[in-house]
Amino acid sequence: MRETSAMAEAVVLRRERARRARLLWRRLTKDRLSLAAGGAIVAIMLAALAAPWLAPYDPDATSASDALQRVSLRHWMGTDVYGRDLLSRVIHAARVDLLVALTATAVALTWGAFLGAVAGYRGGWMDQLVMRLVDTIMAFPAFILTMGITATLGNSTLNVVVAIAITHVPIYARLLRGEMLKAREMEYAEAARTVGNRPARIVFFHLLPNCVPPLIVQATLAMGFAILTVAALSFIGLGIQPPQSEWGYMTAEGAGYIVSGEWWLFLFPGVAIMVTVLAFNLIGDALRDVLDPRMRGVR
Amino acid sequence: MTPLLEIRDLAVHFAADEGRVEAVDGISLTVRRGEILGLVGESGSGKSVTALAVLRLIRPPGRIVRGSIRFDGRELLDLSEEAMRHVRGSQIAMIFQSPRTALNPVLPVGRQIARLFELHRGCSGHEAWQRTLEILRLVGIPEPERRASQYAHQLSGGMCQRVMIAMAVATEPRLLLADEPTTGLDVSIAAQILDLLRELGRRTGASMVLITHDLGVVAGVCDRVAVMHAGQLVECSDVHGLFKHPAHPYTRALVRSIPRVDREVTMEPIPGAVPSVLEPPPGCRYADRCPWVIDRCREVKPELLPLEHDHEVACHAVEPSNVVPARS
Amino acid sequence: MGLGRYLVHRLLLVIPTLFGVTLITFALTYLLPGNPALVKAGPLATPEYLAEMERKMGLDQPVHVQYWRYLRGLLRGDLGESATTGRPVLEDFFQRIPATLELTLASLLIAAAIGIPLGVLSAVYRDTPVDHLSRLAGVAGVAMPTFWTGLLLLFVFFYLLGVAPPPLGRLSPDVSPPGRITGLYVVDALLTGNRRAVVSSLYQLMLPAATLGFAVMAPLTRMVRATMLEILESDFIKAAWAAGIPPSRIIYGDALRNALIPVITLLGVIFGFLMAGNVVVEMVFAWPGIGNYAVTSLMSKDSGPIQSFVLFVAVVYVLVNLVVDVVYGLVDPRIRLR
Repeated sequence: MRETSAMAEAVVLRRERARRARLLWRRLTKDRLSLAAGGAIVAIMLAALAAPWLAPYDPDATSASDALQRVSLRHWMGTDVYGRDLLSRVIHAARVDLLVALTATAVALTWGAFLGAVAGYRGGWMDQLVMRLVDTIMAFPAFILTMGITATLGNSTLNVVVAIAITHVPIYARLLRGEMLKAREMEYAEAARTVGNRPARIVFFHLLPNCVPPLIVQATLAMGFAILTVAALSFIGLGIQPPQSEWGYMTAEGAGYIVSGEWWLFLFPGVAIMVTVLAFNLIGDALRDVLDPRMRGVR
Repeated sequence: MTPLLEIRDLAVHFAADEGRVEAVDGISLTVRRGEILGLVGESGSGKSVTALAVLRLIRPPGRIVRGSIRFDGRELLDLSEEAMRHVRGSQIAMIFQSPRTALNPVLPVGRQIARLFELHRGCSGHEAWQRTLEILRLVGIPEPERRASQYAHQLSGGMCQRVMIAMAVATEPRLLLADEPTTGLDVSIAAQILDLLRELGRRTGASMVLITHDLGVVAGVCDRVAVMHAGQLVECSDVHGLFKHPAHPYTRALVRSIPRVDREVTMEPIPGAVPSVLEPPPGCRYADRCPWVIDRCREVKPELLPLEHDHEVACHAVEPSNVVPARS
Repeated sequence: MGLGRYLVHRLLLVIPTLFGVTLITFALTYLLPGNPALVKAGPLATPEYLAEMERKMGLDQPVHVQYWRYLRGLLRGDLGESATTGRPVLEDFFQRIPATLELTLASLLIAAAIGIPLGVLSAVYRDTPVDHLSRLAGVAGVAMPTFWTGLLLLFVFFYLLGVAPPPLGRLSPDVSPPGRITGLYVVDALLTGNRRAVVSSLYQLMLPAATLGFAVMAPLTRMVRATMLEILESDFIKAAWAAGIPPSRIIYGDALRNALIPVITLLGVIFGFLMAGNVVVEMVFAWPGIGNYAVTSLMSKDSGPIQSFVLFVAVVYVLVNLVVDVVYGLVDPRIRLR
């Protein structure tokens, strides 16, 4: 009896998932803004992947005669003081920014989801321990802690990933723990337990799939934050080191040329950051409206 | 003397993604001076929407598409928004269901009443407070001085409803619209609240529209009854006539579904669900649930026609000869 | 639970949080790679001198002893010394806090003065141009990197239009600071009646405060809009309409009063945003606050002050969140009078 109702519930859930997918598709295709955001993300990712072929010039090729060229047909975003083509550098920088943000998000998601799932499912001292850790991380303003960790660990791309991942772990841990507590109450988890599944199996095959939609929403929104953090860190001289081109660092380089009127140097890297973050946020909002309706309009 | 409230051919539609929802479809209704009219129907039949329409509080996507609402001889639908605002709360007041959520959680309950005196009767702050305490005493709240400065969450459900009633009757309106005033209250408190409403009505001479899905309440309190079904008015009668000779098949079903203590009868549930009012077909909306349905029912909407004195019904199948006592 | 118990409960909660915070900063300072003795002794130190230094700093002791020493130092106000200024970090902080405070308060003021009404309008006139505009400002505000907004404002208002001052700190170089009362130049200049300083300090404050204000306005507007939308649909607002209360009183009295209560809880988050924004904005506008101090230390590879900065900001953050919760308890009768 119990098992049949569990099966019925699973069928309902699967149907619900299919309905959500249809809703999402409709929302994405009907809502031009979300469509544009999705297109922008795909385009930026492709540009990052194909950077060596797409960029018109070698991003590191200096040329004294081409120094500080204005925006022109030859150099769509102008050139910097060493004569390097800014467009090529912005395209190449996308690789660094996206890679760091994606890796940090993936690491944080994995660890956060794991810790949250264990805490929520096991409860007891394990839950206490994880939640205290999460609370402690959240007692810091996120960017300030990221800054402190990177400054301590030293400037390297890997350390930026670690620092961002640490501050993002609470997002997923809290989410998963909450979902796990809810899911535990539901009948089909109990059914799975009475049938004799091992706890790990229950968590990963029965409970976790239901937590995926809100995780996707959070991860998408966190991508925007991660990109902003990477950029801000390198803007203040932390993390990604030259000559690697990175949007925040390029903006910092360009800042000095505002007083002399070479505006393109700070403007375009910043536009790249804004467009990318905006796209992730818009997609995140659209996903949330569809996947996580109770959160609509909040935040 | 003109009736206090006269609704003619009122229609309220809501625009939804799937189409037009005809929540109220051309109802005509009068409320006489000093009487208590019961407005009865299943949930979703358009009772509350009708009440909100009288106060002109239908908000987009809803819209009053046609009709006339005359209050004391004045056409409410022609009033400016500002003039309408002076009618609300002052001439026509509404009592909401779920009293706890209908009170502002961060304002002391006394303040919520006192400001009505200031607003509609031009009282000074001190005078308004004194009259607030008076009215709270009148609706049977013990220690009004203490209660008036408390917040909704500190009061019981019954007490909140008394405060809501105090708010509604504070400025002595001529018409009270009470929307399910006893839902969520336990039986003995509900009875007290109904007694209080009847008593206040008699004292001030105000008329009242009592919206409810409970015919038992209607029988105990009301002078006349109007029965709504899926946005249409199907029957309107004085209370005795309705219970003695329910004419419309829907009313008959409703009357039969009242649980009775004096007889061992199985309650008969009304067959079928409330039909959708989303772009409904023409004709009588009860047709699909009706045991007496004839072809004409699905084509022409029946008009509300007088059956006997003070008793009107909208049904093609009903002839005076068909009307038989429901409980013989 | 009465208010008293709520407050005590909330106060006690601060202790484990601060404990956790100091544990993390302790780990950052002492346990992670980068030997602090080596930093202090300098790269040319002999192994003997280094060992001596380690012993002196207690680095040869067990971890819990080291942590205890660290805590005792903190309680005495010992945040270490800055290699850049050669002074105790705490002293440097106190000197720079007024600048940061002035900037933070000014941007909070701007954000609230524009963000709250905008959120209200956005909710009341839902799906109209006003709403679209405010939502656009909202998404843009969250997506624009704060340092870039600052540079953009500088470029437009300083370079192109010439109506803003160059980014050179809190006063133009030819104006001397007003006598120190609060440390906030605008306030002090007003108190001492120093008109030149009032004008100059406001002029210098304009762009950085606008930059930071814009960054925190977005979440504020968004929250006000969301709570207002929810509250405008609630029963008691319908009851207020039905009672003939004037629309302006319903919106700004009944509804906003309720909507601002959850917004109070957001102030903690906003403060976190402000601290992060301070670092980059102070850098862009050469604003002599503690964020700028941290960045300067960063440039000279002096990590001690940065770790102290992290600790300091976290402690303030914890206290701000405490105050926010207490205020929330005092403002919301549902908590106050339970």
